[in-house]
Amino acid sequence: MYSRVEELNSRRIPLAKMQAVIIGLRCLFVPHESHIRRQAMCLQSDLTLHIIWHSHCRVWRDKNDFLHIMNNTSKLEASNLQQLLTALQRSGYTTVGPILRDDAIVYDKLDSVNDLPVGWSDEQSPANYRLTKQSGASYFNFNAAPQSWKRFLYPPVRKLFTIRKDGKSLGISNENTDDMKYAFVGVRPCELSAILIQDEVFQAGKYRDDAYSAARRNLFIVAVNCTTAGGTCFCSSMKTGPEAKNNFDISLTEVLRDGRHFFIVKAGTELGASVMDLVETSAASPQEVATADAIMRQTESRITKKMETDGLPALLAENLEHPHWDDVAKRCLTCGNCTMVCPTCFCSTVEDTTDLSGQNAERFRRWDSCFTVDFSKVAGGNFRMSTKSRYRQWLTHKLSSWVDQFGVSGCVGCGRCITWCPVGIDLTAEVQAIRGTETQQRKGD
Amino acid sequence: MPARNKGSKPKVAVFKFASCDGCQLSLLDAEEELLAVADAIDIAFFPEATRRMLKGPYDIGIVEGSITTPHDVEHIREIRKSCGSLITIGACATAGGIQALRNWKDIKEFVRIVYASPEHISTLDRSLPIGSFVHVDFELRGCPINKYQLIEVIGALLHKRKPNIHTHSVCIDCKLKGNVCVMVAHGTPCLGPVTQSGCGSICPSFNRGCYGCYGPMESPNTSALAGQFSELGETRHDISLAFRGFNAYAEAFRRESEAHEK
Repeated sequence: MYSRVEELNSRRIPLAKMQAVIIGLRCLFVPHESHIRRQAMCLQSDLTLHIIWHSHCRVWRDKNDFLHIMNNTSKLEASNLQQLLTALQRSGYTTVGPILRDDAIVYDKLDSVNDLPVGWSDEQSPANYRLTKQSGASYFNFNAAPQSWKRFLYPPVRKLFTIRKDGKSLGISNENTDDMKYAFVGVRPCELSAILIQDEVFQAGKYRDDAYSAARRNLFIVAVNCTTAGGTCFCSSMKTGPEAKNNFDISLTEVLRDGRHFFIVKAGTELGASVMDLVETSAASPQEVATADAIMRQTESRITKKMETDGLPALLAENLEHPHWDDVAKRCLTCGNCTMVCPTCFCSTVEDTTDLSGQNAERFRRWDSCFTVDFSKVAGGNFRMSTKSRYRQWLTHKLSSWVDQFGVSGCVGCGRCITWCPVGIDLTAEVQAIRGTETQQRKGD
Repeated sequence: MPARNKGSKPKVAVFKFASCDGCQLSLLDAEEELLAVADAIDIAFFPEATRRMLKGPYDIGIVEGSITTPHDVEHIREIRKSCGSLITIGACATAGGIQALRNWKDIKEFVRIVYASPEHISTLDRSLPIGSFVHVDFELRGCPINKYQLIEVIGALLHKRKPNIHTHSVCIDCKLKGNVCVMVAHGTPCLGPVTQSGCGSICPSFNRGCYGCYGPMESPNTSALAGQFSELGETRHDISLAFRGFNAYAEAFRRESEAHEK
């Protein structure tokens, strides 16, 4: 039945024949028959409609009243992956992706597929990260990098403006917002969720961050589904992975089996589809799609870390004086690493500086952390001096008050705060410790 | 800072106690900024740099080195009286320096072994920071200090603003730079999590663990870090030595090093 999709792939069809096409499609998408019917009716009744999205295909009308039907799922041979990078670069994007550096797989400028960590993976556990060499030549068979994509959209230090004293007047020059066009290659599903959370933080409210919005508007996302589960991953608990369902321009699932190496590609936006049009792909067979699906299921089954999220915001809010906070405080270094590596943590501070002459001043925004003393220093004193209060602030904000503030949890389950905590504090274990004793208390009541 | 004539540059004096001179040389090492520094301040007393020695009082006193003799104690008290603002620079002046390692030993025995005529030696039994004897307005950490931080402090003092000198961990600087954590990814013991920022994370940037040159950060949990060093295979002796460097006598490092002594 997929042969029909191949036949229809990128065909131009006169409008008059559309109904027949839609009816023809019906047999291709048996699980979604009602969906197709709705789309057909929609097309007949509203000819201004330009595009219809379906989980497997898209239909659109061009200015000559031709309807195009494109299959969204295709197959990209691994040997053609460079074509995707080239297509992005030719479209004006600076490609960023995973590369090997300092015994880790980090996100940095990615010029060609030769820079990808071919055949490398990683092992992660609390306070431990090690590269591992693999037998196959996989491109993306590893887990979350030491730092997230946040540093590209929301740079660690950004100059906001410069003031120059000119006689009696002051000249203020705002720093131009960065008009960098990034294509992120290899965004994991959990990281995709984190980007959506930061979108909410920086763009949804009354006070928008123009620089973030500009970078975000120009961003092209190539999501890569996870083919391996890290020791600190718990995306399935947070319902963010291991497969990206939407909000990407393109998603890739890498298949390296039985001597074959290819990607199942899904276009998630028109932009993604237009870039894929520049890349040599073929139709994916049902077996190939099924293999990719099986790899996803296998990854999910290998995620060992769990976080029970039922009633979690209330649980933490009701246990602000739980003795376990003192236990964490004994171990916590207040170094701030967890907040720096977290893909959703967004706190910053603003610093002013002057030069020695006093004629020039600059203002900078710099990543800050709720673990620093200065963070909670206000006129009259500091309201969060103890380590206990700082750790509790971070965890309760991330998992509880974040929900009140933004409507979603601030945790996406990437596990970075566990891996990169120098003493291996594991938030899932801390939550479990509070939940465990809380339950006992309730039973005792 | 005492009131001075409008338009006149603040008089700055640089003093030295027990130290290697490296920190005061940071001022001369500020090559690109040196002219701006000379434009902004009047270097009234700086024996390391010039024979011109103007008498006090001074607007700003910059002090390097630790107090190790009875004469030092008298001298620093005089300096304090002659300076409007007193800034101490470097691990010696802020924590007693590497020479504070003698604080755990019998100084009389050292004097007897080292000097041919020990009766001429008048010394204190411990090497201590300036702040143990007089009030200090600002302590700039580091072994050696970072010249950009020194210029930042001078600039802030001149223009009456808060200096942007962070007291958080070195880790935050590593993360801002994009460094991969040497402890987590390589298993290298690193004092970064308990050490104050300021050097620009030099050692971790070159895949070495932090040596703690900038002393304890604002809320150092040294015992938790020592526990992790132990997990990484460090012996009690190694751990004691790790905390006994240039800032050995800074309170948090001193206590942790003593906790791991035999």
